[in-house]
Amino acid sequence: MAIELKMPALSPTMEEGKLAKWLVKEGDTVQSGDILAEIETDKATMEFEAVDEGTVGKIVVAEGTDGVKVGTVIALIEGEGEASPAPAASKSEEKPAAEPKAEAKPAEAEAPKKAETGTAQLASEAKPAANPEVPRGTNMKIATVREALRDAMAEEMRRDDRVFVMGEEVAEYQGAYKVTQGLLEEFGPKRVIDTPITEYGFAGIGTGAAMGGLRPVVEFMTFNFAMQAIDHIINSAAKTNYMSGGQMRCPVVFRGPNGAAARVGAQHSQNYGPWYASVPGLVVIAPYDASDAKGLLKAAIRSEDPVVFLENELVYGRSFELPELDDHVLPIGKARTVREGKDVTIVSYSIGVGLALEAAEQLAGEGIDVEVIDLRTLRPLDTDAILTSLKKTNRLVVAEEGFPVCSIASEVIAVCMEKGFDDLDAPVLRVCNEDVPLPYAANLEKAALIDVPKIVAAVKQVTYR
Amino acid sequence: MAKPAKSGTVAAKSSAAKSGSTATRRRAAPAKKAEPAFAEAGDDNFALRSLQEAHGNEKRYKASDEELLEFYEQMLLIRRFEERAGQLYGLGLIGGFCHLYIGQEAVAVGLQSALDSTKDSVITGYRDHGHMLAYGIDPKVIMAELTGRHSGISRGKGGSMHMFSVDHRFYGGHGIVGAQVSLGAGLAFAHKYREDGGVALAYFGDGAANQGQVYESFNMASLWKLPIIFVIENNGYAMGTAVKRGSAETEFYRRGTAFRIPGMDVNGMDVLEVRQAAEIALDYVRQGNGPVLMELNTYRYRGHSMSDPAKYRTREEVQEVREKSDPIEGAKKELLARGISEDKLKDIDKRIRAAVSESADFAENSPEPDASELYTDVLVERY
Repeated sequence: MAIELKMPALSPTMEEGKLAKWLVKEGDTVQSGDILAEIETDKATMEFEAVDEGTVGKIVVAEGTDGVKVGTVIALIEGEGEASPAPAASKSEEKPAAEPKAEAKPAEAEAPKKAETGTAQLASEAKPAANPEVPRGTNMKIATVREALRDAMAEEMRRDDRVFVMGEEVAEYQGAYKVTQGLLEEFGPKRVIDTPITEYGFAGIGTGAAMGGLRPVVEFMTFNFAMQAIDHIINSAAKTNYMSGGQMRCPVVFRGPNGAAARVGAQHSQNYGPWYASVPGLVVIAPYDASDAKGLLKAAIRSEDPVVFLENELVYGRSFELPELDDHVLPIGKARTVREGKDVTIVSYSIGVGLALEAAEQLAGEGIDVEVIDLRTLRPLDTDAILTSLKKTNRLVVAEEGFPVCSIASEVIAVCMEKGFDDLDAPVLRVCNEDVPLPYAANLEKAALIDVPKIVAAVKQVTYR
Repeated sequence: MAKPAKSGTVAAKSSAAKSGSTATRRRAAPAKKAEPAFAEAGDDNFALRSLQEAHGNEKRYKASDEELLEFYEQMLLIRRFEERAGQLYGLGLIGGFCHLYIGQEAVAVGLQSALDSTKDSVITGYRDHGHMLAYGIDPKVIMAELTGRHSGISRGKGGSMHMFSVDHRFYGGHGIVGAQVSLGAGLAFAHKYREDGGVALAYFGDGAANQGQVYESFNMASLWKLPIIFVIENNGYAMGTAVKRGSAETEFYRRGTAFRIPGMDVNGMDVLEVRQAAEIALDYVRQGNGPVLMELNTYRYRGHSMSDPAKYRTREEVQEVREKSDPIEGAKKELLARGISEDKLKDIDKRIRAAVSESADFAENSPEPDASELYTDVLVERY
């Protein structure tokens, strides 16, 4: 009986990929462990390896095919002495014949038990409203957040030769999440620097280089690892200008993905926004869409202050409109109204913005007109924008993918109490993740993370619906 | 009672016992004698000890009378300045932490005299007053920073541990033990990136030498051949913990070996030995060979900071070092032996006392920072 080879999932969130290359052809015999094909996603390329031995009966999906769904039959392997049956005839119940080399488990197309990651509920199709900071009539292209970030760095590196990028796997590997893709080729190893796995050390070197007059962009593979380096971010970078009476600056950018990712467990899933936003002397930026990611990263690199720039792995691959401007730089410290409304305000940032927009669309169907504010910068916080919107809607909910205690939500609520009390028609509510380390089990992960229904429920509560 | 580590260390390292061991090592490689022949990394382990051997061959810098007088004057300025800072602390004019450099003067003076002040950079930890004075920064603005006044070098907002002079390429003044080592590697990175020919000097103590980031920095500095000299000021005590109670390897100059960084073991109580060692290290680093690790064996006469129980060592130990190895007394003796008149030295002493008094008066009489300074310099830009 022929064994079906199915398109594997390279990561828990992968839904489709490109069959980049077949390394075998029909009629070839293969042994367990032979590399059959190369499969590509926007994040990575990997080899697809045979588990069973046999003969390649039929290649169902040709190489170069884009958008092959996970679980699609891509080839058939025949055992010894078997004829090649038509793929449709096969109703294989066996496990997939091939497994990717990486740790990712191959997905089974109709497998009923496939574990859905909780981060699936962080997905969003809703798009922010046009940004008035972008001149009207500007040509827009569609780009991913990942491309926008890369372009921001490349443009700033072309503009200022003091700018360089350092971090783990930023150069030859092209970035652990492909954010620095192509930079090594354009700028060379002097300016795109692979570091050893040594966060405390290279954060210090980056900070020292900034003190010495350069413009480092220090990438953390994720901000979870920056915990090993937080001393330099806070004690060395944030406080120097003040301690020196304004004499010694530290224009460094620390950037990388922050927040929950799919099924990676507690140590790799945390939003550090509130940590950094509590420290005077830092600028903290956490953009959502591609336009803000690009415009604010460019501004961060130009800033004379140390900047913590929090990205989100789950947002890297999302596509948005990106203005085609020669020099798209946005103001730091300004929130953006991504949806106008009059009944209630949802304040959010980073991946929460997509959820807030989804919730707003749903609520519009129920006659509740929601305004959504994307904070974009967490420090300095644009309290004017929050209070102006509150004055208009008199009701406010904060949606944040992160722990609830001592969160950005807590801060926004404090601001509303201290400065917006008279405008409040209902208590301000926060919708965050549960107050637990992020669990691995798919069902628990789902339960722990923020989702649209929770935001919708909170909005109904403050609007007494 | 076990004998405190340091009296053993200073005495042994700076005198006979040490030169004995150097001689042994020299015999092992008799061919490489006179020249600091900087071997390629491939030449097994010779590169790692070549600088030490070069130093062993030529221990002391041949200073002119003028140079030695200048070193003497600088060391004396640090000593008198720190004594006065201690007094002002006692009067309540200086608060918080105040780490005095008394006893260690030869280290900063010997090393910094060898630097090229137009391009090299310096960074250190919290015991920073001495390094600033050795760099020629005005004692008045240092003392005024200690008293927290507006005319202090950090406008009163940094204090004893946080002083900087970007003009002098002095990058602080850092309070987190060991942080300056990574930051210093960053300064060296900037020198190399800009190809400006500068070398960074990162000072840290025997205590900081046990911090993990020090070794992260050693690794990258050596991997990338950064122009940096790591200077361990081994004063025998990490706060109150004697070296041998806190360090498995007490010969700190060996600690770069795992990263292929050559080490130098230097008597930090003799300014001319320090200067000579600095010349060798700088020459090596300027040639693009990457970092050097220098251990400067020295001694702190005063407490770690101002409130020090002084229970971790004996008064006799301190007294012995003072009497036998004091860097200023040593320089004075040598100057007198060279025929410099006692009067000339007295003039210097008088001049220093006047300068220190002036700095103290300035520091006491300068106004505190304006209340509005509370909110300035948090960020450079407005957003």
